Amino acid sequence: MEGAATSGQASWFQATARQRVAGLLDPNSFTEFLGPSERVQSPHLHLFDLPSAFDDGVVIGRGKLDGEDVLVAAQEGQFMGGTFGEVSGAKIVGLLRAARDHEHLPRTLLLLLDSGGVRLQEANAGELAVAELMRAIVEARCGGVAVIALVGGKSGAFGGAGLTAATCSRIVVSGQGRIAVSGPEVIETNEGVEEFDAEDKALVWSTDGGKNRRLIGGADAFAEDSMEGFRAAVQALMAKVPAFDLQTMQAEQERLAARQKRFGACDDAVSMWRILGIKEPKAIRDMDSKDFAALANSIKEANHDAR
Amino acid sequence: MQTLRFGHTAKRRLPGKKDIAIIGVVASGNLEVLLERVLPEAACEVDIATPLSGYDETWKAVVAEFVERSSPGGLRISINDGGARPDTVYLRLMQGSAVMEAE
Repeated sequence: MEGAATSGQASWFQATARQRVAGLLDPNSFTEFLGPSERVQSPHLHLFDLPSAFDDGVVIGRGKLDGEDVLVAAQEGQFMGGTFGEVSGAKIVGLLRAARDHEHLPRTLLLLLDSGGVRLQEANAGELAVAELMRAIVEARCGGVAVIALVGGKSGAFGGAGLTAATCSRIVVSGQGRIAVSGPEVIETNEGVEEFDAEDKALVWSTDGGKNRRLIGGADAFAEDSMEGFRAAVQALMAKVPAFDLQTMQAEQERLAARQKRFGACDDAVSMWRILGIKEPKAIRDMDSKDFAALANSIKEANHDAR
Repeated sequence: MQTLRFGHTAKRRLPGKKDIAIIGVVASGNLEVLLERVLPEAACEVDIATPLSGYDETWKAVVAEFVERSSPGGLRISINDGGARPDTVYLRLMQGSAVMEAE
């Protein structure tokens, strides 16, 4: 059963964090740090009469991808929505700090995000974890580590996970992957239904979904929803992550300023796609992964040397 | 949270070399099962943490059936339950022992 769930064609969206790690990396190459038998669990959840997980919903370790050494952190989106708590956050932060401080560790870190953001039951610790995580990513990148986010799970990358994704060197997304900070319901509640109708699933998916993120440069590669799809996309990116220096920062600033100027007045994703010169923007939704990836690769905004 | 512990003497040691396996996820209607080969030959211990109380007899019956069917001697089995139905619990236990037996 586990074999089928981690095979190349198995769905990334449906998989657990452990199945994703096994399906993404070379067979039997993964070594886990702070594995479930060490029982590094949340000290808070039992106060709410909630069950905890032996790994607090995060799997960290090292392995190989196509023979290249990599560090990996994977969030379990099915456990408490993949949220950042005190322990789950600290595990990812610790891995990044280790990469920052030890040059003999792999220089690529894959961050398999699948999270609704901060865990509300341990909110202060979770908020701190996200802040520490963003800092740790920047420091690791300064130290020459390429931090690549992979987004394609059921919980997407929202709240602190959306912020975290934006801090990474590169982002890979699938069609089912959603990246944003505030979720649709949060926006509707605070700003009104005229601003964003959370019931309008076509609107929500076309805005937060992987295809839009890829087209407007919010993600650097589009993966088919499978282990092999993410593996191929990561492999293609690993070789060409730009150095994290002043030049890259300035290029990123210019990229974001230009994007805001170009799309700032748009009401929805389709009107942004029209500005990008896509002839049939409404056909994007039903386009299959291969055709879409090729289209995205041909669009200037989507392909840049910044971030 | 309710915690339960069941001790069994299995018919035999569970074959295989794997020392540890983890199956399932703590989610609604699901559970995670951690299996560790740390006990003497025929001993089997099952520790359960569940947010639902009052199902002691059901847990007892499912665990006894599992021990009878798979004879998991040598295993300490720890469960974090997310409110799984008995058939799901049984399935995860059987999957876990199958993984421990593999290779």
